[in-house]
Amino acid sequence: MLEANFQTLKRYRYLLSNLIVKDIKLKYRRSILGILWSVLNPLLMMIVISAVFSNIFKFQVENFPLYYLTGSTLFNFMSESTNLAMMSILNSRELIKKIYIPKYIFPIEKCLFGFVNFLFSLIAVVVMFIVFGYPLHLTSLLFFIPAIYTLIFSMGLGMVLSALGVFFRDVIHLYSVVVVAWNYFTPIVYPYEILGEKMKMFMQINPMYYFVSYFRDVTMYNTVPGVKIDLICIAFSVGTLIFGLWFFKKTQDRFILYV
Amino acid sequence: MENIIEIKDVEMHFNMCKEKIDNLKEYFIKIAKRQLMYEDFIALDKVNLEVQRGEVLGIIGYNGSGKSTILKVISGILKPTKGIVKVNGTIAPLIELGAGFDLDLTARENIYLNGSVLGFSKKMMQDCFDDIVEFSELKDFLDIPMKNYSSGMVARIGFAVATMVKTDILIVDEILSVGDFLFQQKCENRINNLMAGGTTVIIVSHTLDQIRRLCSKVLWLDKGKVKMLGDTNTVCDAYEGNLK
Ligand SMILES: Nc1ncnc2c1ncn2[C@@H]1O[C@H](COP(=O)(O)OP(=O)(O)O)[C@@H](O)[C@H]1O
Ligand SMILES: [Mg+2]
Repeated sequence: MLEANFQTLKRYRYLLSNLIVKDIKLKYRRSILGILWSVLNPLLMMIVISAVFSNIFKFQVENFPLYYLTGSTLFNFMSESTNLAMMSILNSRELIKKIYIPKYIFPIEKCLFGFVNFLFSLIAVVVMFIVFGYPLHLTSLLFFIPAIYTLIFSMGLGMVLSALGVFFRDVIHLYSVVVVAWNYFTPIVYPYEILGEKMKMFMQINPMYYFVSYFRDVTMYNTVPGVKIDLICIAFSVGTLIFGLWFFKKTQDRFILYV
Repeated sequence: MENIIEIKDVEMHFNMCKEKIDNLKEYFIKIAKRQLMYEDFIALDKVNLEVQRGEVLGIIGYNGSGKSTILKVISGILKPTKGIVKVNGTIAPLIELGAGFDLDLTARENIYLNGSVLGFSKKMMQDCFDDIVEFSELKDFLDIPMKNYSSGMVARIGFAVATMVKTDILIVDEILSVGDFLFQQKCENRINNLMAGGTTVIIVSHTLDQIRRLCSKVLWLDKGKVKMLGDTNTVCDAYEGNLK
């Protein structure tokens, strides 16, 4: 089955790249400030959040603005990708009514587009490291590992959401609430250490907690998490992807009746 | 001759909720009240059909007889509830009324998008691009979003895009009866050219003259069943006799 999927991906690679290029063009065509905005927005958030929280976590976090920026950049990558993926089938209704296309192309494409945006926003992160005079360790080069885990995880979740969105439109609103809650449930504006025992245990089922910690370990703390952490991350991301593929496959033949 | 399309005992059921439910809230309320009622509608009933490479098949029948449904089953857009559909070749995007495009994109972008759906690279598309532009006669409108197009203009682009790259099968749903006379002529010429090049064509039309002119074989569908299948004139005559 995986081989067949791979074959179709090969056949549809032009479609995939064409869609990604189209998305990038559309995003940056909307306003001249497009690129600037996507860099400024996280930085503005960083300034505001830091102004409020820096002082509180003075003793736990060594450079709060960067702590926040690294966490939120990875989390936003996941939330943007899954949100776009969720709408992807509905938004391609005109195309899928007219010609047969393997439909999983659409959520996958949105996640890849999200990944490209994430790479753009990393530029802002690097600039901030330099501005704060924070050392850029060699381990930073491993940033792509947690990023790929997040990508695979987003693809799986995105496929589930895109299928659900077709059948139940209120899932779209529901998910936007879930993402906000999830954002607070992930140590982004606060350090993991301040959590109580119960919450710490609860945190173990949050894949974003692992991905974000991994990302900070390599970019800020010059550490490489052990193999155990990698295994947990792989279990979360690949597990979600397999579930997503299964769920999508089971429901995709009925999309056309509901889009 | 080799069969390019084989349809065996195909049934298409629309197992739809009586009321349209499109949100979780209603869905759970209905489940709780045990009011989730499904209605089974049979749009295609045990249809058998074989089309040979290079043939031109016409499909006729009253409204709601399942013509569009069978086209969608053949092109893989709809998956049949039962039966087997075998297609040995590439299929162009379905040409139908209100041909689907992403209306926020410009015509140029839509053309490339459709090309890449068929697996064509940008480079391969560049060759056909001028041809599409010339055929649709919309050179000056290429870079405005298609939401600003009239329906006739959309139809032109739709037909031009679907026929731009040579595919094995072309499917046309009732579009040949719209548009001005000149454009119809142009479309018919193009279909004739494609046929000469060996493309298999399936046409749904209410204009029997057109069917008689173009088709080598005709399928008459009635309430989802095959009423008659065979030689163009025989089936068309019988259909006309039935209308009277
Ligand atoms: N997506 C759908 N859901 C429910 N019923 C449908 C759907 N598509 C078509 N039908 C029903 O199937 C029947 C055949 O439709 P169609 O193939 O469009 O007819 P024709 O093209 O011959 O006019 C119609 O009664 C129509 O209401
Ligand atoms: Mg129809």
